[in-house]
Amino acid sequence: MSATGIGAAVRRKEDFRFVTGKGQYTDDVVRPGETRAVFVRSPHAHAKIKSIDVSAAKKMPGVIDVLTGADLATDKIGNLICGWMIHSKDGTPMKMSAHPALAAGKVNCVGDAVAVVIAESIAQGKEAAEKVKVDYDVLQAVIDPAKAQAKGAPQIHADIPNNTIYQWHLGDPKATAAAFAAAKHVTKLDIVNNRLVPNAMEPRAALAEYDEGSDHLTLWSTSQNPHVARLVISAFVGITPEHKLRVIAPDVGGGFGSKIFIYPEEVVCLWASRKVKRPVKWTSDRSEAFLTDAHGRDHVTHAELALDADGKILALRAKTIANLGAYMSTFSSSVPTYLYATLLSGQYNIPSIYCEVDAVYTNTAPVDAYRGAGRPEAAFVVERLMEVTARQMAIDPADLRKRNFITAFPHQTPVIMAYDAGDFHASLKKALELADVKGFGKRKREAARHGKLRGLGYSAYIEACGIAPSQAVGSLGAGVGLWESAEVRVNPTGSVEVLTGCHAHGQGHETTFAQLVSERLGIPFDNVSIVHGDTDKVQFGMGTYGSRSGAVGMSAIVKALDKIEAKAKKVAAYVLEAAEGDIEFKDGKFTVAGTDKSAAWGDVALNAYIAHKFVGADLEPGLKETSFYDPTNFTFPAGCHICEVEVDIDTGKTDIVNWTAIDDFGTVINPMIVEGQVHGGIAQGVGQALLEGAVYSKEGQLVTGSMMDYTMPRAHDLPSFHVGLTTTKSPSNPLGIKGCGEAGAIAAPAAVINAITDAIGTEDLAMPATANAVWSALQRAKPRQVA
Amino acid sequence: MAMIMTGEVQLPASREVVYAKLNDAEILKACIPGCEELIKSSDTEMTAVAVTKIGPVKARFKGKVHLTDLDPPNGYRISGEGDGGVAGFAKGGASVALTEKDGGTLLTYNVEAQIGGKLAQLGQRLVNGAAKKVADDFFKNFAAVVAAG
Repeated sequence: MSATGIGAAVRRKEDFRFVTGKGQYTDDVVRPGETRAVFVRSPHAHAKIKSIDVSAAKKMPGVIDVLTGADLATDKIGNLICGWMIHSKDGTPMKMSAHPALAAGKVNCVGDAVAVVIAESIAQGKEAAEKVKVDYDVLQAVIDPAKAQAKGAPQIHADIPNNTIYQWHLGDPKATAAAFAAAKHVTKLDIVNNRLVPNAMEPRAALAEYDEGSDHLTLWSTSQNPHVARLVISAFVGITPEHKLRVIAPDVGGGFGSKIFIYPEEVVCLWASRKVKRPVKWTSDRSEAFLTDAHGRDHVTHAELALDADGKILALRAKTIANLGAYMSTFSSSVPTYLYATLLSGQYNIPSIYCEVDAVYTNTAPVDAYRGAGRPEAAFVVERLMEVTARQMAIDPADLRKRNFITAFPHQTPVIMAYDAGDFHASLKKALELADVKGFGKRKREAARHGKLRGLGYSAYIEACGIAPSQAVGSLGAGVGLWESAEVRVNPTGSVEVLTGCHAHGQGHETTFAQLVSERLGIPFDNVSIVHGDTDKVQFGMGTYGSRSGAVGMSAIVKALDKIEAKAKKVAAYVLEAAEGDIEFKDGKFTVAGTDKSAAWGDVALNAYIAHKFVGADLEPGLKETSFYDPTNFTFPAGCHICEVEVDIDTGKTDIVNWTAIDDFGTVINPMIVEGQVHGGIAQGVGQALLEGAVYSKEGQLVTGSMMDYTMPRAHDLPSFHVGLTTTKSPSNPLGIKGCGEAGAIAAPAAVINAITDAIGTEDLAMPATANAVWSALQRAKPRQVA
Repeated sequence: MAMIMTGEVQLPASREVVYAKLNDAEILKACIPGCEELIKSSDTEMTAVAVTKIGPVKARFKGKVHLTDLDPPNGYRISGEGDGGVAGFAKGGASVALTEKDGGTLLTYNVEAQIGGKLAQLGQRLVNGAAKKVADDFFKNFAAVVAAG
């Protein structure tokens, strides 16, 4: 390992500009003559629009235009789409409602965009927005996903009965039912996976510019995948042909999934910029972000686990209602289906699994992928079932897991996934040691003397990352392939530019990708730059989400580097006047085998471009290669997290006193960045478990619509984490990487709730487990204590 | 987002006097915090414009006010709905009951209000606090008017 190669804890290149305020985010981009878009949004969750009067607003100072859904329809701008087809059990395709970028006659959630004011300044835009008169006929709203399908529930989309998008299933219902009938023990749980607001630090923004001379549009946008945005906006929304649209995603301040999707505001800015022939910029404020960023989770689940007398799992079944909100967001259909039910085998040998998922519309913001996307929901179901089962069967929870771990690979689960590598015993063993589980009894007794209830909770999670093998996802309904691309450009001076389709919005690609190149080519880390996030610069790519950039994106770079090395050897053969087969490349130096003749990397790079020494046409000048890499399988990061809590009996306040995270991410490129990803993931998972919850009133108002009512995790809510790694390499990509971006958020909620329920002695506890919720659970469990 | 507020205020006048003042548009206008306009269109209907500031949001509500369940001098119900434009909307009502007490009148009120849009997003503590202050200020102002005769 070199000082900057694979495995080195190199400091992040990008942090200098981020921490010194020199980043360049969408809102920092200023175009000559730019205007500001201010959206008029529905204050009602469900209403017919009787009329919109924009005449007074148009007369306001600084107003350039005021546009509505009617204008959008006149210009034949298409709907936003969901790009993953799910079929119901009966074979019928999912029911996707129309989703115009500005409401057409009806609003379906608070925050639905009704009109847009294009003005010289934000202040003038806001003044004018006040003058847009919208006359609403307010309708009954349905908010609770468990009530959305009920007879007599308000009908959100006229053409979609019972607000039901699909009724999907996976697994073998008969074999599962038979296994349950034969079971010695059945554990039953009702679970609500609480709805979350993503809250990326940088709110969404869009800046669109129309160049009339070339009939070309440019969109600067807070996107995790600019190429997919361009594809959807051109091919489906029909703003302009793909080759006439450039999408640039500059520095982006966090995404967590919420910036994968194509949103109405981007479409409206593009459309409006062509209409007013000036650049149009919109930057979300925090209040708009709460209302309009796609939310996460929101499942209502009943789950059961069947076991024999020895605590061996026989079967698992689950019935989930997934709330997808008022419209289907870009990938929302896949989250509660193929990203969820396919992980219900956890780390365990489960012969039969059956899962049913109903996806429903409600009068709430759209719900889509959020850090983990389906997998946190699956891990929560499996790991809560395991812990509760252990308590009910009086088996040590670690022991119950050991009895059921998958130990032979590859392992075909009953729910599509074929796990290709892992060592679940190793991560559990290391976690038990690092968490000093042996000493827990003593710590619990000590805590009791101080009036505290101490609890221990496990979460032995598994996830599917490296998203994704194109053929596999295509067969499951994905509208796109999920390969990745890379172009490696070697400059005449020997420095290297890597163009990647993976967008970086905090992950540290500029560092880790450069480490890979430094390792492979033996050149200084500082001589490598990473280019991403611009459809005019970078070949088509699929973006960043699902912990895919390492496993898939870097694999594409490896493939391109292989080609670079092969061609560089040809060039070196000419330079060194030797046979190509005799050229060896190591540590940035080409040598002729068995001689002391050598050429430095820089010499070969220069010769590739000056081409003076080439003979004939068998070698083209230049040193630039492109690769498209399609993985052969998902990757399966897995591990064991152990959370230890103390609960104050009088107040219900939970303190996380210890956190142990042992993860198997396969090959690690930069352990410091990986540790940072684990920390961030756990923080978000703890946020879900203890603090965060998006709450709508029954009328459909988001009552947790600001930082005053929606609690994000803070440093003081978290302990110093004890993290460690075990390693089995992924066999499905050349580097053996599995991915680490979501693990913490997937593992953490179950670990926290398992720990608290262990402490308080009741399973009757929903997330977020606020002090009030825990205190109430304690009172319900032990009513006599109150008196 | 729904809010419920209750309260009472002791007034130094008879129920008849209090009831009359509760039906006087000029007095109501003077007592409603931020009221810019209150025009009576009939004995039981008024149109109103009021400016309310809650945290960072200042909204001018235009709306209608209705008086129902008129039961002189025991009380009535006052309700209304206002459109605050981009700030959102507010609607709600108050049941006002007048009882004889200590030679004067005890006025008790039950308010239930609903707000939506940007206002509902402001944070429950902020909104509840602001709404309670509007109600408190109204009845404090009203008590002062009654005391002044």
